[in-house]
Amino acid sequence: MHKNIRFTALTALLVLITVAGAQSKKVVFLSGQNEDVGYTRIISELARDYQKQHPNVSYEYQNNTTDMTQKLQLLAGSNNLPTLYSIGEPSLLQQLYAKGEIVDLEQTFKKLGIYNQLNPVAVDINKKLEGGKLLGLPLELNIEGVWYNKKVFADNGIREPKTWDEMLSAAEKFKQKGIQPFSASGDQGWPLTRLLGGYAERYYGADAMDRVKAGTLKLTDPGFVQAAATVQDMGKKGYFGQGVNTVDYDTAVDAFLQGKAAMFYMGSWELRNFNDPKRNQIGAGNIGFFNLPAVKGGKGTMSDWSINTGLVVAMNQKQNDAALGEWMKYVFSNYGTRSMSELGALTGFKVSKMPATVPALTTMTQRKLNSAKKGYLWFEGYFSPKATSLSQKNVQLLVTGDMTPEDFLGQLQNGK
Amino acid sequence: MNKVLSDWRAIAVFVGPALLLYTCIVLIPIFWSLGLTAYEGSPITGFRLVGAENFIRLIHDATFFKALWFGTRYALFVSAGQVIFGLLLALMYAFYLKKTSALVRTLVFLPVVLPTVAVAQMVSKLFAIVPQYGLINSALHAVHLDSLVQAWLGQGSTAFWIIAAMDIWKAMGFYAILLYTGLVEIPEETIEAARLDGAQGWSLARFVVLPLLAPITVASLIFSLNGTLKVFDSIMALTGGGPGNATTPLTLLFYRTSFTYSEYGYGSTLALTLALQCLIVTLLIFWRARKSGA
Repeated sequence: MHKNIRFTALTALLVLITVAGAQSKKVVFLSGQNEDVGYTRIISELARDYQKQHPNVSYEYQNNTTDMTQKLQLLAGSNNLPTLYSIGEPSLLQQLYAKGEIVDLEQTFKKLGIYNQLNPVAVDINKKLEGGKLLGLPLELNIEGVWYNKKVFADNGIREPKTWDEMLSAAEKFKQKGIQPFSASGDQGWPLTRLLGGYAERYYGADAMDRVKAGTLKLTDPGFVQAAATVQDMGKKGYFGQGVNTVDYDTAVDAFLQGKAAMFYMGSWELRNFNDPKRNQIGAGNIGFFNLPAVKGGKGTMSDWSINTGLVVAMNQKQNDAALGEWMKYVFSNYGTRSMSELGALTGFKVSKMPATVPALTTMTQRKLNSAKKGYLWFEGYFSPKATSLSQKNVQLLVTGDMTPEDFLGQLQNGK
Repeated sequence: MNKVLSDWRAIAVFVGPALLLYTCIVLIPIFWSLGLTAYEGSPITGFRLVGAENFIRLIHDATFFKALWFGTRYALFVSAGQVIFGLLLALMYAFYLKKTSALVRTLVFLPVVLPTVAVAQMVSKLFAIVPQYGLINSALHAVHLDSLVQAWLGQGSTAFWIIAAMDIWKAMGFYAILLYTGLVEIPEETIEAARLDGAQGWSLARFVVLPLLAPITVASLIFSLNGTLKVFDSIMALTGGGPGNATTPLTLLFYRTSFTYSEYGYGSTLALTLALQCLIVTLLIFWRARKSGA
């Protein structure tokens, strides 16, 4: 009799352990960003809250410090992709989706009943990048443009430029006075190609890169050559300061926030540093923001903005089960509100409760975002991994004058 | 003993494990990679047979020739530097410092055991221009040579010399020790005899020491060339192959081609050319050594 009870109890325990074991799940988030900033911080906080309520769903954050594309290729090759991961190459994203590795978020969010948490504008931009499907979480909603030091502008009698020529003559004036006109990270490369792409968008209109993708426009066409020549000229005249190719991302941010440069082309994700008084020594009230100005005879206008939803963060379809669904429901229903209240950050998720005080700079950026008539992606948005890499590496040679604009664009046209 | 060594079972026990390991992690991947040269694609997109297409592309690829030229130039220069400085150091240990050379030997050897990334970090700080001047630029600025202040690592022309200097400095201690062991092997009587015959200083080195040291110098050269032809870490850590591809050797190029561009087939083709280059260099040196030895 006793034996029997003990046996039953043991069996029950075993079954319980098995059930618990089957339900336990580990969510892994792989990103190149530090865990304590921006969206990684919010996701991690929400995931840990969830873990407290549901101990069987554990969470791990992995910070990748090497080349993300290479790492993802190797992980995908060995069937080891994490649950969520940043992915910088839209074309790699498409390849992985075609292999059934990536969650179709529109379907999944609709099934979970949280699709209404998403901002439609953010969804549209995302889909544009991802071949008409929603494959990336719109964890940010960014516009890009030129941030400037209001005091330096006022001291030199310079107003927000409306044309590219005005911007360049302002830069020349700063340089004459010994002020570095632009801060830019040539080490990263993309902050320089953004200017090139922006010029082309003003020349051909906001659909320039869509036309390149469709093949009706070539990267070797005159507008692009003019864009590349302009950026090269800016580099050769020293508008980006000394040794631009050795300037890394943080150094470029700090140069602007310490008042060493007058202008800084960057996306609004940097608001979190602009709003941080420890990092920002020129004061948040001292920062102004304008869109890349118009080009003479160009079709684009200053109401076309470079908009994106940040680095794509995709989810792993192979792990997309009921447990992950519950996790997503919790995390993404709270994501927008938590980002706004903690970071004052704009995201592609709806904010259910606005915090009492939003930093003025954030409100200003939000207004500009709302005023946007057309949005376009960054220069390399539609490029292959190879062309992206070529663009961001070769631009270093372009700005030092070691490569001609024609050569630079010719290589991209071939590698696209 | 001979009996044991001619027993195939003994051979299998001694050689087997190492051979198995070598086969699994060296030989199989080499042949695998060789096979990939006839394909194109990646583990994500899948592979398709392209025949000789990769080789045809190779012949027309300006980037390949640029990388090949950079790598060869780098290897010749750095290997020469490593062995020549190593030899000079070894001569200094043996004939000038003699018994007191232990401390200097240790100091010169130290960079060999430092991680390359740490050395590269140090060097990149030395030559920095932003956010503040590194030691070199500060020194130039201090003596009013501002026209020479420049982004040393941000332009291909100067970056080459800095990478080369760093790699020579980092490895010369190793070759110094290698050649020093060769030097102490030279019988004291031989040198004494040469001295009595009137050989001194340069003539002693030129006609007695260097010929006796030739086998170990050749070995050093082979080590050094094969290391410098396959350079990867120091360039990756110092310039990442930039600006543009100005400091990109073949290793970096095929790494990037395979793992960033997802062209595993073409990446393998590039890797094959490097393997051939290493093979040719090694054979050439062996051939020279045998000819002069005979």
